[in-house]
Amino acid sequence: MRTLFFILAICMFSFGNSEVVPETMKINNGGIKVGDKAPEFNLKNIDGKMYSFDNIMDANGNKPKAYIVVFTCNTCPYAIANEERLIKLHNTYAPKGYPVVAIQPNDPAVQPGDSFQAMKENAEEKGFPFLYLFDDGQEIFPKYGATRTPEIFLVDSNRTLRYHGAIDDSPRDPGNVEEKFLEKAIKAIEDGKQPEPATTKAVGCSIKTN
Amino acid sequence: MNRYIPLNRILFGFIIIFLSYGCKDDKKAVAEKSTDAQKEEVSHKAVDWPEPQSKIEGIAMYEKFEDLEPIFRFDNDTTYVINFWATWCKPCIKELPYFEKIDSIYQDNKVKVVLVSLDFPDQIEKQLVPFVKKNELNSKVVVLLDGKYNDWIDKVSPDWTGAIPATYIYRNEKNKLIGTAFEDVSEIENELKIFL
Repeated sequence: MRTLFFILAICMFSFGNSEVVPETMKINNGGIKVGDKAPEFNLKNIDGKMYSFDNIMDANGNKPKAYIVVFTCNTCPYAIANEERLIKLHNTYAPKGYPVVAIQPNDPAVQPGDSFQAMKENAEEKGFPFLYLFDDGQEIFPKYGATRTPEIFLVDSNRTLRYHGAIDDSPRDPGNVEEKFLEKAIKAIEDGKQPEPATTKAVGCSIKTN
Repeated sequence: MNRYIPLNRILFGFIIIFLSYGCKDDKKAVAEKSTDAQKEEVSHKAVDWPEPQSKIEGIAMYEKFEDLEPIFRFDNDTTYVINFWATWCKPCIKELPYFEKIDSIYQDNKVKVVLVSLDFPDQIEKQLVPFVKKNELNSKVVVLLDGKYNDWIDKVSPDWTGAIPATYIYRNEKNKLIGTAFEDVSEIENELKIFL
């Protein structure tokens, strides 16, 4: 009933404007919104090399069609619950032009389990096939407006944010997935369309910072 | 064309007035219904606490957000402080004592603390129950098991990104979502000022 009331209230105050502003448009955490340019970064991978949009390639050594940027970490139960899905996504989509680029944003001083060394060990143990970059100094995640792990930013070849949110509709339980938001968004980009939904939400661990 | 806009507005106004009366009637009907649900004694009328699907060691378990949603929609004089947490969430655990303190200080001032655990289903008996017992939590603890987060996060507040800890404070129509951890009791008290 409240929702209906709210919708009617919006209708009432939006005469002359044919489009009702979606709920998600109101969110602003000082980061980027779908349609905005993605902030540049140059971060150290667990192999010691530095990576940016300029030198990240897909599985065939070509410029990616889009980058599956994901803020994730070793320690968050939601991040752990999505590791297997990220591995599968990279193995499926990196050959098609969509590599996963994982960025670990937690401050190891606050979360020791997310140190650079621990990142290396976790990636080795789980066999991460994708880049696992360390946001050393924690300067990149606030520019994106990331607040939790895991959190996806699908950035196209023009470095425009096309999709922001969760991998799918059941982050905790892979057995209960009904809608694969990220894969739908990739398909939309492949087809030259706008992802819908372009923004989703999920419960995640707040990014640990001082 | 412009001449018709005021008419439309009036029409919408009537619809809204009609609907809001409808809402009140619904709530009254619910309030008058006699059930076994735990009842909250408030100034004007009793409001039913939603009946959980099950209880584990006395802790109420809600399968879907819709089952718990009434606690975000109470229409009374109480200010509800609803905190989302989990036993594995370090910053959540750190701020729990502050909520416990608020719950004890404001017992007579119509402030109700509710700790909504988002612990995973297989962690309830192993982690949550022992944690609640060990720490002798006096605030009301409930468990929300709904893992289709995108369907309900915005129903709590469009301002919530989904990161925990998060705290939703409301009284009637006034509300605020605080998406970061509190560092001490006074920070929560500051947030409460606009509600009391």
